[in-house]
Amino acid sequence: MSDRNEIPVDPHVAVVATATGVIDGDLTTADGRPLKKALQSANAVRRRRAFYLVAPLLVFILVTFIFPIGQMLHRSFYNEGFTVHEDVTTGVRTPIMTDLTAWFEAHPRGTEPDEAAFVALRNGIAQLDELKAAGSAGTRINYIRSGSRSMFTKAGRKWDKMEPPYKEAFLELDEEWGDPELWSAMRSASHSYTLDFYLAAVDLARDVEGQVVAVDVKRQVYVKLFIRTLILSVLITFLTFILAYPIAHLLATLPLRYSNLLMIFVLLPFWTSLLVRTTSWMVLLQSQGVVNDALVATGLLSDENRLQMMYNQIGTVVAMTHILLPFMVLPLYSVMRPIDPSYVRAARSLGATSWTAFRRIYFPQTVPGIGAGALLVFILAVGYYITPALVGGADGQLISNLIAFHMQKSLNWSLAAALASILLAGVLVLYWLYDKLVGIDNLKLG
Amino acid sequence: MTIDNSNDGFVVFDHVQKSYDGETLVVKDLNLSIGKGEFLTMLGPSGSGKTTCLMMLAGFETATHGEILLGGKPINDIPPHKRGIGMVFQNYALFPHMTVGENLSFPLEVRGISKSEREAKVQRALEMVQMGDFITRRPAQLSGGQQQRIALARALVFEPGLVLMDEPLGALDKQLREQMQFEITRLAHELGITTVYVTHDQTEALTMSDRVAVFDDGRIQQLAPPAVLYEEPENSFVAQFIGENNTLVGEVVEMKEDCCVVRLEDGEVFDAKPVNVHKVGDKTKVSIRPERVEYNKDRIPEGAHTLQAEVLEFIYMGDIFRTRLRVAGKDDFIVKTRNAPDQVRLKPGEKIEIGWLPRDCRALDA
Repeated sequence: MSDRNEIPVDPHVAVVATATGVIDGDLTTADGRPLKKALQSANAVRRRRAFYLVAPLLVFILVTFIFPIGQMLHRSFYNEGFTVHEDVTTGVRTPIMTDLTAWFEAHPRGTEPDEAAFVALRNGIAQLDELKAAGSAGTRINYIRSGSRSMFTKAGRKWDKMEPPYKEAFLELDEEWGDPELWSAMRSASHSYTLDFYLAAVDLARDVEGQVVAVDVKRQVYVKLFIRTLILSVLITFLTFILAYPIAHLLATLPLRYSNLLMIFVLLPFWTSLLVRTTSWMVLLQSQGVVNDALVATGLLSDENRLQMMYNQIGTVVAMTHILLPFMVLPLYSVMRPIDPSYVRAARSLGATSWTAFRRIYFPQTVPGIGAGALLVFILAVGYYITPALVGGADGQLISNLIAFHMQKSLNWSLAAALASILLAGVLVLYWLYDKLVGIDNLKLG
Repeated sequence: MTIDNSNDGFVVFDHVQKSYDGETLVVKDLNLSIGKGEFLTMLGPSGSGKTTCLMMLAGFETATHGEILLGGKPINDIPPHKRGIGMVFQNYALFPHMTVGENLSFPLEVRGISKSEREAKVQRALEMVQMGDFITRRPAQLSGGQQQRIALARALVFEPGLVLMDEPLGALDKQLREQMQFEITRLAHELGITTVYVTHDQTEALTMSDRVAVFDDGRIQQLAPPAVLYEEPENSFVAQFIGENNTLVGEVVEMKEDCCVVRLEDGEVFDAKPVNVHKVGDKTKVSIRPERVEYNKDRIPEGAHTLQAEVLEFIYMGDIFRTRLRVAGKDDFIVKTRNAPDQVRLKPGEKIEIGWLPRDCRALDA
């Protein structure tokens, strides 16, 4: 019975059914078919047609959004750099380092590598040299222990001149081959599935015994950056709110012809390239820029004490607040426009001062817009990349700049994916929190 | 409930003018005095300035010129929240994010009244409008009529001396409107509140008010109790606007003592009561109410002026018959007769004789 209630009832079918009456507790149509079935087939055509209409978008989203995000998430805990080699041209996949993986499986973590381990290592490197993959396998180890890549390429060149016992031969080649950290790294990398990248993304690592420990204080960057991103995003969201609220109110209360004109000014930045907008802030804010020049010219500032407003956090905050402002104005405007002025008038006539009327009557009605705008601006700010990259300098960088760094420079895509996944999870948690506190159905985007 | 119109002047508009753009006057020289406890309606077509007057009184608009006095004190410079005027809005303006109870409690809270006293007053106000059980509802969960009652209760809960109502029943259906009309007048009189009521619905104005101010073109055209307004309109606008009216256009050909002779364009000559015609040769619009015209031979009174008419349409409306006639070359002459057992039912095309008394014929301005 319950699922029948959930099916949207077609009134025409329902009329026929009640006319026929209830037979054995199940409703039927005039020709005796069960009502549920009749309803389903009646709705099937409509549902199919609706599906065809949204199908192109669905495919588009699947291909360009869901699939890449899935891939990214997958990459953050799956890396086969030390387990499988894939030939770029032929696509042939060859398992690598199989002997060493077998040795790792046979011996628990912390076991001193014996001759058998080094034999397995030599076999592996011989295979890598054949596949010309010593570098890429070394890179995978290098993610965990820096300086490892060159050891692999060197060994790749010299393995055929090695004589048993191989342990001594390797140590002769490079003493570092005996480093427990290296072996710990190789052990971790011998599994394609690993959480190491998430550990690295929150400044943690595995020590030789496999215990999770914090990395060296000097190398702790990500947590600090996550926190900075969070704080700056909150600040930017707050600033856009402070600036956008009066603008949106003005837009909502002006006659339409004026408010349309003003709305164009609000939207104007949208029609300008992001780069142009950001660089114009550079022109304004740099130490030889317009603002500093004006302050010096008016004598408010001496020439030696020019303000540093660019290539630091101030630059990031100012430029991003400006760029994200429309995303706050528009949702606010859309909730303010339909608020009838008679509400405030009623409050005033009932004895409220204009401040009380605003606080008790007007403001609560704009909360859904504030929520929507804040959520929008905050989520955009948390993932912002170009502006902080251009104007942020060293301490105005956000987490997204580091993600980009790992994607483009260090080519540690798995770490980039892990950082991005943490960011995504954080945003989803916030979204969930918003739903709990305000209710997502209260969200008004426009 | 008769009101002494001697005007103790609880609310006074003194030569008030209002312009929004500095070029045209929306309100042109308004002088009006409203007595304490009076129910006064501002009636007029849209754009006649009635709502502007109400907004000036409430304090949401400022008078461009002139003074408004409340209880003898000028209030031009007093902000709306200090005027202590209750107001009911056309769209009710109930705060959507508050419950009914919170809505009613709001004016008491901002006045710093204690919680227990607030609760008692809110409950009393809700009971006054028979909505005592709805205290925890939200406005969106109420019907239009219920919202209207709450809006009324909210305007009364802080016991203001003056209540303004801006077309409060405009959004309700006919039956509910009639019921609310009755209830609003009952409350206003029971509580002895001075009420200024704005509407464009003349029936509402006639049934509810002690006095009606008919607005047009930024001026009060006539200020009178409903019966006077209906039976003795002072000009052709009021005659046209209040109730149904037949207008015959003609010229004054003779002035007698409390009587004048009018000749219509087609040559028909009859006696009429001169209201604002002054001399022979004045153009005039003669106003005759549809229910003061008779076509039943037995009912045409003695001394009536009779003339020929052709039936164009006969509409059965239940309690009355509404007949459209061609009279003196005009084919929009309406006659209303009561549905009595002996009443004649006409057919289109019939030639009949109609008659009216000179005293029901008011010669007004052209």
